[in-house]
Amino acid sequence: MFHIFKNAAQTHLVTIGYPHTPAQIPENFRGAPSFDFPIWQDARPAAEACPTCAISIEESAGVRRVTVDYGLCIFCGECAQVEASDAVRITRDFELAVRNRNDLIVTAEYALHPDGSQRELTALRQGTSSEHEPLQSLERKLSQSIHKVLGRSLAIRQVDAGSCNGCEIEIGALNNPVYDLERLGIHFVASPRHADMLLVTGPVTRNMELALLKTYRATPEPRMVVAVGACGISGGIFGRNYATVGAVDAVLPVDVYIPGCPPRPHALLHGILLALGRMRQRGIVARSSGSESA
Amino acid sequence: MTQTSQIPVRKFDEILARCGHIFTAWFEANDAEIHAEAALNDVRSFVALLIQNGCRLASVFAEDRTAADSCFLLYHLFEHPEDRRFLLVRTEIACTAIATATPTFPSVAAEVPAVNWQEREIQDWFGLIAEGHPNPRRVALHDNWPEIHPLRKDFPIDTVLPPFEGEQHLYRPTLGEGVFHIPVGPVHAGIIEPGHFNFAVAGEPIIYLQLRMFYTHKGIEKRFEQLPVNRAVFLAESISGDSSFSHGTAFCQAVEQAADVQIPARAKRMRTILLELERLHNHVGDIGAIANDVGFAVANAHASRLREFILNLNEELTGSRLLRGIVCPGGLRHDWQPLQIESCIVALNQFEMQFAALMQIIDASDSLRDRLEHTGILHPGQARDLGIVGVAGRASGVDRDLRRDHPYAAYDEVSFDVPVYQEGDVLRRMRVRVDEIAQSLRIVRQIVPQLAPGSCRIALPPLPPDCVALGAVEGWRGEILHWIRTGSNGRLERCKIKDPSLNNWPALVEAVQGNIVPDFPVINKSFNLSYSGTDR
Repeated sequence: MFHIFKNAAQTHLVTIGYPHTPAQIPENFRGAPSFDFPIWQDARPAAEACPTCAISIEESAGVRRVTVDYGLCIFCGECAQVEASDAVRITRDFELAVRNRNDLIVTAEYALHPDGSQRELTALRQGTSSEHEPLQSLERKLSQSIHKVLGRSLAIRQVDAGSCNGCEIEIGALNNPVYDLERLGIHFVASPRHADMLLVTGPVTRNMELALLKTYRATPEPRMVVAVGACGISGGIFGRNYATVGAVDAVLPVDVYIPGCPPRPHALLHGILLALGRMRQRGIVARSSGSESA
Repeated sequence: MTQTSQIPVRKFDEILARCGHIFTAWFEANDAEIHAEAALNDVRSFVALLIQNGCRLASVFAEDRTAADSCFLLYHLFEHPEDRRFLLVRTEIACTAIATATPTFPSVAAEVPAVNWQEREIQDWFGLIAEGHPNPRRVALHDNWPEIHPLRKDFPIDTVLPPFEGEQHLYRPTLGEGVFHIPVGPVHAGIIEPGHFNFAVAGEPIIYLQLRMFYTHKGIEKRFEQLPVNRAVFLAESISGDSSFSHGTAFCQAVEQAADVQIPARAKRMRTILLELERLHNHVGDIGAIANDVGFAVANAHASRLREFILNLNEELTGSRLLRGIVCPGGLRHDWQPLQIESCIVALNQFEMQFAALMQIIDASDSLRDRLEHTGILHPGQARDLGIVGVAGRASGVDRDLRRDHPYAAYDEVSFDVPVYQEGDVLRRMRVRVDEIAQSLRIVRQIVPQLAPGSCRIALPPLPPDCVALGAVEGWRGEILHWIRTGSNGRLERCKIKDPSLNNWPALVEAVQGNIVPDFPVINKSFNLSYSGTDR
């Protein structure tokens, strides 16, 4: 007993202040790649290097459409490594969670030089097209009402639908004294029947499809679903194949998507609090035009 | 404890000189592998013969060569503690008319229970029947899947299977007065991976446990055949998140062997440090989790804080808390600044002090020891028969460690002890981890002064097609094997992955028998097996 008190006294406070104070992130953390679309000369090497095709290219009639999907990104940094110029950089950004799957997709269109390099940026847009607008405001209203019901205290049931267990390590870390999720009124529960939110990881294997659906049905309303990690959002490196469905939202309606491979605990916190309306979504395009990272 | 310093004996030369007649051919393929060929009819005889001579059957796997050679190839991989090389025996399963014939191979699972699941995997994934298998039911594809064989070359990976009809798996009935079944999973109460446990209990004691795995099967081995090698390394890192770096390294070692390149000494040493950091964060996390599962939350709070400490160090060194995106065929993708290496040593010194304080708490708790000692015993005989590897094996008298027995990276430059216990209970599985943490620190401290400046990556030449190679790494959990055959255009024809979890699940079944249900979580945690690594 003496050792327990002695050790506790020597340890001091280790719990972080995030989100109330800025996150202390190690210097070398590899966060989201940022793209300076106007100065990008050639997207082909990055697209070639990307292991999950998060950067993809379509070409027709001298026009190149480059699509960057942060939902597929596994944050390996290959795109920045093969890019000769400053157009692709690795930032330390981690607050990437969004409410709408399309918000993770950025599309840039370029006119091309005869040698295939990019002459000029002709169009740049972030996924959400205008026809989705009414749905979005509806969602916002819904999230406000959810906030009223669940905002101050939230019970989460975590469901592994086929992940590699990387996401589980980071989700488990939320319970440690450093992140201490309970200080925010959020805790993990043992049964979906006690839960307000399902935190779902993995590309949803065919063998977990039914179990995931049953877990969802067992969760009382109002309920939220958060898809965690590249696999949960898009199938990630595994993609869609004979053994996987390829995304959580192919099985359940998803309220928030948290990119990462795996998302660091801060990113998970941001996503969970975003779902509750206690934190705001940050735009990806706004950051992508050469502005300094957070 | 056994010392590492030993002269590499070439035991296989001796064995093959005596028993070589059973093979049609054998030759030393490289420093790490002997390749042999045998007739399919002789499988049972050579397996029996080699096991009599002290070899261990590490893995059984197959390969579809119907397009090139009109046959399936079956491989038996052997290891001997007194030889640094692996022995890979290849047999041909002739198959000219795949559509009509049902190819078969002789099963050895009755004599070598260690390959029970691996042979059934071959049945499920290749449609080759393991003749004489004591329990030939499906394992890797669930019962409600249609009759498909995904690792056959004529099966397209993007096949969309129709919705499955309900659950049909039958568990073996365990009958008797007052015997009840407790079904658990696949969705568990904690933040863990999915699997199904079916306990038969009589009162509190568990009399029989049946496992059903492969809920997280996501077609990884098939997926490897789609990706170019430089991208496939990221897939290797996603086989089991807690062993990202070990799996990545095993894969890269196989690729480097196939390309016949030696990576720079600096890369070998950096890999060694990172492999030990992976061991550290998992071992300290497990020690806390074992304490937590018997209600000692304070120890877990400190242990998870210490794990966080190592995860931060990982991030400082590699950009990723789980050591992802750093290893690549040919070495490592980023070099370290001298400052990073210094801070690594400072951090590990701090870690060591705080870990000692944690162990003081744990060792002072009699009630903790009371719960862990004699709980979940796996006897050395059982561990040997089941082919248990890694931490679980060493806690049950299996004195094997690839770092010592088949050195890779820079492990031949350092001296360390391999902790071995005979009792095989939860306490000893925890003690192995505690001892290994000390050894990991010892290894890193020996390596750091040797980190001479230089390149940490060598450009990989284009991969020649049709090369086979093995990568073997002692992950923190145990023996990780990657076996590849290269294809054209820098792609892979086949990648076989064996995670230590695949060996060790049957150990859990043995260890829980006679224990009470409330002790199951701590017994399970003391093995801490990867579902994703098993299911792939």
